[in-house]
Amino acid sequence: MAIKAATPVIPANQVPKLNYLTNGYGLKSWLLTTDHKRIAILYLISVSAFFFLGGFFAMLIRLELLTPEGDLMQADTYNKVFTMHGIVMVFFFLIPVVPAILGNFVLPLMVGAKDLAFPRINLLSWYLYIAAGVLFLHCMLSGGVDTGWTFYTPYSTAASNTNVIEAGLAIFIAGFSSIFTGLNFIVTVHRMRAPGLTWSRLPLFIWSTYATSLVMILGTPVIAITMVLVVAERLLHLGIFDPNLGGDPVLFQHLFWFYSHPAVYIMILPSMGVISEIVPCFARKRVFGYKFVALSSVAIAVFGFLVWAHHLFVAGISLYAALVFSFLSFVVAVPSAIKVFNWTATLYKGSITYATPMLYAFGFIGLFTIGGLTGIMLATIGVDVHVTDTYFVIAHFHYVMVGGVLMGYLGGLHFWWPKITGRMYPEGWAKLSALFVFVGFNLTFFPQFILGYLGMPRRYWQYPPEYQVLNVLSTAGASILAVGYLLPMIYLLWSLRYGPLAGDNPWGAAGLEWKTASPPPTFNFDETPVVTWEAYNYDEIPEPKELEAPVAR
Amino acid sequence: MTADHEAHNPALLHHFADAQQQKNAASLGMWLFLVTEIMFFGGMFCAYLIYRLAYFNAFAAGSQQLNIWMGGINTAVLIVSSVTVVLAVKAAEAGKRKLLTGYLVVTVLLGMTFLVIKGFEYAEKFEKHHVPGSTFNFTEKFDDNGKQIDVNPKEAELFFSLYFVMTGMHALHMVIGCGLFSTLAVLAWKGHFTANYFTPIENGGLYWHLVDIIWIYLFPLLYLISRHT
Repeated sequence: MAIKAATPVIPANQVPKLNYLTNGYGLKSWLLTTDHKRIAILYLISVSAFFFLGGFFAMLIRLELLTPEGDLMQADTYNKVFTMHGIVMVFFFLIPVVPAILGNFVLPLMVGAKDLAFPRINLLSWYLYIAAGVLFLHCMLSGGVDTGWTFYTPYSTAASNTNVIEAGLAIFIAGFSSIFTGLNFIVTVHRMRAPGLTWSRLPLFIWSTYATSLVMILGTPVIAITMVLVVAERLLHLGIFDPNLGGDPVLFQHLFWFYSHPAVYIMILPSMGVISEIVPCFARKRVFGYKFVALSSVAIAVFGFLVWAHHLFVAGISLYAALVFSFLSFVVAVPSAIKVFNWTATLYKGSITYATPMLYAFGFIGLFTIGGLTGIMLATIGVDVHVTDTYFVIAHFHYVMVGGVLMGYLGGLHFWWPKITGRMYPEGWAKLSALFVFVGFNLTFFPQFILGYLGMPRRYWQYPPEYQVLNVLSTAGASILAVGYLLPMIYLLWSLRYGPLAGDNPWGAAGLEWKTASPPPTFNFDETPVVTWEAYNYDEIPEPKELEAPVAR
Repeated sequence: MTADHEAHNPALLHHFADAQQQKNAASLGMWLFLVTEIMFFGGMFCAYLIYRLAYFNAFAAGSQQLNIWMGGINTAVLIVSSVTVVLAVKAAEAGKRKLLTGYLVVTVLLGMTFLVIKGFEYAEKFEKHHVPGSTFNFTEKFDDNGKQIDVNPKEAELFFSLYFVMTGMHALHMVIGCGLFSTLAVLAWKGHFTANYFTPIENGGLYWHLVDIIWIYLFPLLYLISRHT
């Protein structure tokens, strides 16, 4: 076997005494840490809090839409609730979730580095995230914001009476957090790889996180300046986006979507990377077409920047521009499809185990495919004009964002949980909650495709009674989905104390992160690892033995 | 930090294998940061381009109201400051502590000169009621080769909106640059940098040059491009 063990072998079922979790206990040792693993835990806690806050708003939306009348809240409140659901979920959950939690934890381990290139900037980016989060919490508590997460002008700059300035500044600050994370990842991948770890040996999670980081550093500054202009326009009565003052609201939409469409790839690419790790591991096969999967991530990042105006088909852009953007939106589907085909081909004749991460990976592949194919429908101008601003669009992007990103995140969280904590989660409960998530998700969002096709517009608190059956189904699904999200929080916390010890490599997985202890020591590896093998060399790695019974402590 | 680390190079952080790797990482990080700055200003340049094409006459008339002397002197000040930054990096390379500190201080002074002149320029805009808002007043006509063309004041206001946002953002970067270089000057005086370790000077210099280059684009686009006389 060509694997050179770089760290001393720690017997299975024994946690190393000195690891990153036991290296200091006080609050200060966490809040002033520069250890990427601890920062990942800080992100895990704060991002989860925002996830449940965003989920709370989602439940309010679904409860209001249970009946055709506006009985739970009035239009103004409903506008604020869906806006805050959108802002919290997009800027405080979906964008940081996989890169800042899983990426922060495993990226340096995967490249065999002691830490990210700039550990202090990494901590700074968490503090920026918290500052933005606190600012936005204050914005919510002092009246909220009702512009929709898209901040369309002139409503946001000239008409809305809500806290747009604070929300805009919160997004501006959160953007810097994201920029610094991306910058740190790119430099780490370029400069900190272990000897022998060439680009063609990098795990696919690194490739997709690298592509994500490119989008982060190229796109995020544009939303930053857009938010600055919106804030300046509200404060100083400039007219850059206000047609009354000679400005052009379509320019705002162009600038906004120049970031916010690629931001969709900031969200989905890291989850695709997670799936590329899980599928080979639980199929015990090298990933099919490694180079194509790797380069398709870069292709998505590049083409992702060229499709933004498909959000503007009804905003009065020229027909020829619309045709070009429609065509480019079809093109960006190609690298996404390459990934789906290659994961499927990896499964072919694989020796498949149905562990929880794999269940989420299957969920991802199916749901992302539905989300992607309906995206192609929306890229078709004729269909898009028909369903613009209906629930069809809502269902489409929730299939990608929730069905895709969240499935990938939960899969990755379960996959790396033994590495992060040194303990296994309870497999039975995990499988049950994966089932809840899958069933609940489809019940929530599939009816919305039909609702949208039938013409139910988004962002209204009332609807004609004929839409009620489908809305009730959707709300019922959301309730099941909520259980599916609450369960992992409970059993993962339970596993911290009562979970069976995992050992260094419970899955028999390839990748450098599995060659150090669980949980890893503060500097990850006792000796710098030297890589002499290709990625996903599963034909050289023995399958893991059945886990032993939980050890009570 | 272990005693072992302190023995060879106090500036080498624990997670890097050697000083070269650390330096390469820092400079790549700085270049990437400059890329984000270019994208940041790019949004404003994009807005400028679109409105200049849409409201050409108003932009030409507005441009002629800017004070070309103050703008020109400021351009010269910034170019000289870029030279002193280069000299500072040279001095750091040679390990000359006093010379390095001197150039850094001169750079900060030149940056502040720029900001003061910019302040006078802004004051002039207030006097001429060229600041966007309720007091905005613009009656000048665009002189297109002997012909006088009326200018829509709303469109001229847009020109001044962009002028203030773009030069304001640039000035904010200058303020940050002055703060950064003052810190570097103090560190240099204390002997923080040696001929073997002066990465912060180099990276600070990259930042300063970028902010200068942005001005080198702003000056012709705002002051010069529509000037016939």
